[in-house]
Amino acid sequence: MSGIQDDVLVKIEDLYKVFHIDGKPVEVLEDINLEVKQGEFISIVGASGCGKSTLLRIIAGLETATKGKALFENNVITKPSIHCGMVFQESRLFPWLNVRKNIEFGLSRRVDKQTKRDISQQMIDLVGLAGFEKALPRQLSGGMQQRVSIARTLVNNPKLLLLDEPFGALDAITKIHMQNELLRIWKAEKNTMILVTHDIDEAIYLGDKVIVMSNKPGKIRNVIPVDLPRPRDRSSIDFMNIRRLIYKEFFEETEYKIEYYL
Amino acid sequence: MNRLKNQNITTNDILNWTILVGVPAVFLISWQVLGDRDIINGSVLPTPYKIIDTLRQSIESGSLQKHFYASIVRVLLGFAAGAAAGVIAGFLTGLFEKVNKAVAVIFGVLRPIPMIGLVPLFILWFGIGEKSKIVLIAVGTFWSVLLNTEHGIQNTDYKYLEVARMLEKSKFTTLAKIIFPASIPSIFTGLRLGLSAAWRCLVAAEMLASTKGVGYMISYARELAQPSLMFVGLLTIGFVGIIIDVLITKLQLKLIKWT
Repeated sequence: MSGIQDDVLVKIEDLYKVFHIDGKPVEVLEDINLEVKQGEFISIVGASGCGKSTLLRIIAGLETATKGKALFENNVITKPSIHCGMVFQESRLFPWLNVRKNIEFGLSRRVDKQTKRDISQQMIDLVGLAGFEKALPRQLSGGMQQRVSIARTLVNNPKLLLLDEPFGALDAITKIHMQNELLRIWKAEKNTMILVTHDIDEAIYLGDKVIVMSNKPGKIRNVIPVDLPRPRDRSSIDFMNIRRLIYKEFFEETEYKIEYYL
Repeated sequence: MNRLKNQNITTNDILNWTILVGVPAVFLISWQVLGDRDIINGSVLPTPYKIIDTLRQSIESGSLQKHFYASIVRVLLGFAAGAAAGVIAGFLTGLFEKVNKAVAVIFGVLRPIPMIGLVPLFILWFGIGEKSKIVLIAVGTFWSVLLNTEHGIQNTDYKYLEVARMLEKSKFTTLAKIIFPASIPSIFTGLRLGLSAAWRCLVAAEMLASTKGVGYMISYARELAQPSLMFVGLLTIGFVGIIIDVLITKLQLKLIKWT
């Protein structure tokens, strides 16, 4: 770690990503520059296909950049690391393992049986699944499955948690519960979060900053700070103002038309 | 409401059972009646009663037990050897592309050869005794188990493998904790198909060169012009096949609780 930027955890510099589909190059990410500070909660919002998941996968080390670089603690990211956890849209739990075993699978350092059990129990309590230790994933609701998935990622106490539309498949009410859970976990664990979502409200409700991405190729269009105290009120004027600002980024032309007809 | 629901299920059940038992019963009765009236020639197709009588006689004389025992030992030994080899080979070809390439042509040429065509060769190599029959059954089992194991491994969801990558799991852990459990359902499919292949090979081997076994019993019955004994042999194979298949399915349900 360098002394000058020691509070910067993730840094993305002039990053480009090109996929080859059917032999033709398709630019997915263009000129991405981004800094994420220690302990920050960043939301990345964009339409589907804008490359936001690809950006997250590059930070995770699951994909490599075509040009430019992604740094984690000032080191170039070349492969996945246990210091950086990822929660996917689908819970990706192993159907043959019960809740406890799934969470214990996440543990990557070698520990004795008792410690393992203590850690998994702590995680089960943290995500509010006490009593479901022996349940198989298929016996759980979608929200509960996602809690297990988050717990499995948290057992390694990662400095950075990447969330790829983690609540995208949940119903509206469960989603709101899970967002509050996530904030609670973030406060308790004090790790850095990068959340990718297509839900503008979710991005504002959770993030310290909302990064708005444009489509084809994926570029950072705007970075909107959300300086509102938590817990945030989704119907407050300030919240609505930020929402309007982000909506404008996406639907500028439509908004014009409405005004014209008024 | 509850009663109504129950009643519905019961009527439906009765209908299903009637069809399940009734159709074969009507079939058997007509068969018996047609045989009794000499409309069906008894020396070509014996009546159900005649077959049951032959079954009783062969059990009383102990000959069915003797043949059955010889057959089941061969099937179980051959199946066990073939299945073990198939699972191991399937893991190797499924996991290592180089191994897969190395054996692709050899396996590709050998696999389509019908097992019955190998009987003379195996007799030449392994003699007329038990060994040639067990090897034939093993080879027959091997192909189904191999293909399904390989398929199961190659079709492990990449999403699970990504989870392992994110957690920096070793190759061995990934294999033991993810790839292996994920391919168990496929392996079981291979075992079931392998078992029916094992029975087919058994009958082929015993009919061509043997002095005991259910297959031998069938071809011996032809020499004696005893069609009812043939049916006893055929039905024995059919029933034992069904019983073993049910047992494997039960084991599968017990082992794979997650599907």
